[in-house]
Amino acid sequence: MQLSIAKEILNAQILTGETEKQLSDVELLSACGSDLMSDVLAFVKHQGMLLTGLVNPQVIRTAEMMDICAICFVRGKKPGDDIVQLAKERNLILLTTDFPLYIACGKLYKNGLVCKED
Amino acid sequence: MDKTMSLHYDIDGKDFSIAGEASSSVKIVLKQLGVSPEIIRKVAIAMYEAEINSVIHAYGGYVDVEISPKSIKIVFVDNGPGIENIELAMQEGYSTATEEIRNLGFGAGMGLPNMKNYTDILNVSSIVDVGTTVEMVVFIK
Repeated sequence: MQLSIAKEILNAQILTGETEKQLSDVELLSACGSDLMSDVLAFVKHQGMLLTGLVNPQVIRTAEMMDICAICFVRGKKPGDDIVQLAKERNLILLTTDFPLYIACGKLYKNGLVCKED
Repeated sequence: MDKTMSLHYDIDGKDFSIAGEASSSVKIVLKQLGVSPEIIRKVAIAMYEAEINSVIHAYGGYVDVEISPKSIKIVFVDNGPGIENIELAMQEGYSTATEEIRNLGFGAGMGLPNMKNYTDILNVSSIVDVGTTVEMVVFIK
């Protein structure tokens, strides 16, 4: 799924300044919804998007280590400028959606962003 | 890359927000050296877990990284409270992290098990009230 389509499904806003065209160039293979970074580090296997309600610099760091390409903050959460700047330096795309985590994940799954079980 | 490269980073234990700086730097160096993405990912995750542990449990310390053509060796050293029961700490889900740390998204008891899963060698030695040394090796070939 193109990241631009995921953005549309989630009615999300871009926080890191990319254009729609740039988002359409990013292909998502999977997504993961979690507020627990330890679990993200333990179980995420395919490059994709992280959906989370947690807002701190370690979310960016975790995504960086896992080669996650985009993070979508749920429930309308918006990180501070320092976090946005850190993401930009790491070429990470940040989005925010008003949907809660469960609904946001459900919408993406229903629209075909299904993670293959290993 | 023919020679061995040595890197040293001090880990600031007072500021959780900058935890991961060392792991991030090593990841960039490995990329520049042309190490395969699979190996970089293993090193980055294991090292980041250890770095987070060093900050949340031991108030910081230092890490030495040795990159050779055959392997990447990472040694974390701290002067923290030490681990009372290493066998227990290796179990998934076991954690002594505070509520505050859990609210930051960590402390689920996956740190040491993750380090074990992503490395080829993991040695943990610890003395209570003296400190902990975590040695990890990832083979390149």
